[in-house]
Amino acid sequence: MAAKDSISKTITVTVLLCVVCSVVVSAAAVLLKPQQVSNKELDRKSNILSAAGISEPGKSVDELFAQITTKIVDLETGKFTDAVNPATYDAAKAAKDPARSIKLDRQDDIASIKRQARYMPVYLVQNGDQIERIILPVHGYGLWSTLYGFLALEGDLNTVVGLGFYSHAETPGLGGEVDNPAWKALWPGKQVYAEGSMEPLLHLIKGNVNPSSPDAAHQVDGLSGATLTSNGVSNLVKFWLGENGYAPFLANLRAGGV
Amino acid sequence: MASVSAKDVLTKPIFANNPIGLQILGICSALAVTSNLNTAFVMALAVTVVTAFSNFFVSLIRNYIPGSIRIICQMTIIASLVIVVDQFLKAYAYDVSKQLSVFVGLIITNCIVMGRAEAFAMKNPPVISFLDGIGNGLGYGVVLMFVGTIRELLGSGSLFGLEILPLINNGGWYQANGLLLLPPSAFFIIGMFIWIVRSWKKDQVEAPEYVLAPNSKQEAV
Repeated sequence: MAAKDSISKTITVTVLLCVVCSVVVSAAAVLLKPQQVSNKELDRKSNILSAAGISEPGKSVDELFAQITTKIVDLETGKFTDAVNPATYDAAKAAKDPARSIKLDRQDDIASIKRQARYMPVYLVQNGDQIERIILPVHGYGLWSTLYGFLALEGDLNTVVGLGFYSHAETPGLGGEVDNPAWKALWPGKQVYAEGSMEPLLHLIKGNVNPSSPDAAHQVDGLSGATLTSNGVSNLVKFWLGENGYAPFLANLRAGGV
Repeated sequence: MASVSAKDVLTKPIFANNPIGLQILGICSALAVTSNLNTAFVMALAVTVVTAFSNFFVSLIRNYIPGSIRIICQMTIIASLVIVVDQFLKAYAYDVSKQLSVFVGLIITNCIVMGRAEAFAMKNPPVISFLDGIGNGLGYGVVLMFVGTIRELLGSGSLFGLEILPLINNGGWYQANGLLLLPPSAFFIIGMFIWIVRSWKKDQVEAPEYVLAPNSKQEAV
């Protein structure tokens, strides 16, 4: 009893245990890393594809993703930039880095994200030089959590193709219904902007949209029982398609000047 | 300590000495991961693996662990195992690991794992400790699956993600019970589980701590 409780024994056991455990942990982390990275990549790609409504049975995610071009947009100038490598750029990480992000004023920060990366990736589906679809990453605060997703627009840069969230922690059954396919099916065909303006109008309303209302094209049914999540979705759409988001870029793109 | 049989350590924790029902260990994670069966199943599996191996390794070095730092030594082993399990899930079951997210890491703090290491593995040889870990993992798993089945069936109308009761939202007839998707509902279901087990195995019923004294005053009429 006394032998194993001596100071030298205690230290020996501790050191040996720590060495063995750290070797095991590091080995697992290093050996499984490539598999984990490819999982993450696959997950991101399949989310982009599903927001853009691209799916073909029998084709792998990588095959489908081959038709998509990733480009980086400088939100300040609203133009494409080569400042960072699209293949390795991580906007979520950049948003936390003061040198590479913009701090948002309280009144501008309607999506409650505090900081915004200066460069954002956008994903293009092109047919020759013609842009068929453009997929924009968006995020913003709902009720409990930040919702991360993709919003896809048609080549007119106004009509919605789809919206999908890949990460959130809203209440299942209420705010969590943002994942409900029936609700997501309400988005395609909606118009973000009015004719001749770059002020985003698209938002969620309480209850159901009256199809005969003149604003029906800019409205989506709210989620019942989830007012704050619905507000969060409205706000993040308004923010990211507004002047602090992609609006300057989309305006440039429409004018052909990127 | 009287010798324990392999069959006993494997089967007893399932109903007779259930870690959640009787030992009241590991309740928090049972609330969090049981809103659908998929995550409940993977969580049960992960806890079983971690408990079994942590028991095994703790027991293996139980004669060398200094008494003064034994809890830290157990924690080191448990934490290492949990990280390895987490890495494996991220590599081979990415979707599930995304849903379990922080709860895999929280296996470290799951009382079952450390409770068994301290109560059993420190006093018993490795193989039987390993089996004890599996047994307790199964006991935990039984409760998780029980709770998960009720919650997913009545809360989302499905089992393992397959639709059983068509929801009104999707054009069916079943109005989902939203309460069952929220963590507090697991309390009710675990309570029911304990009730059922204790009606069946009466010896688990605890003697009341207080007995009301008989009424000594005459009622005013």
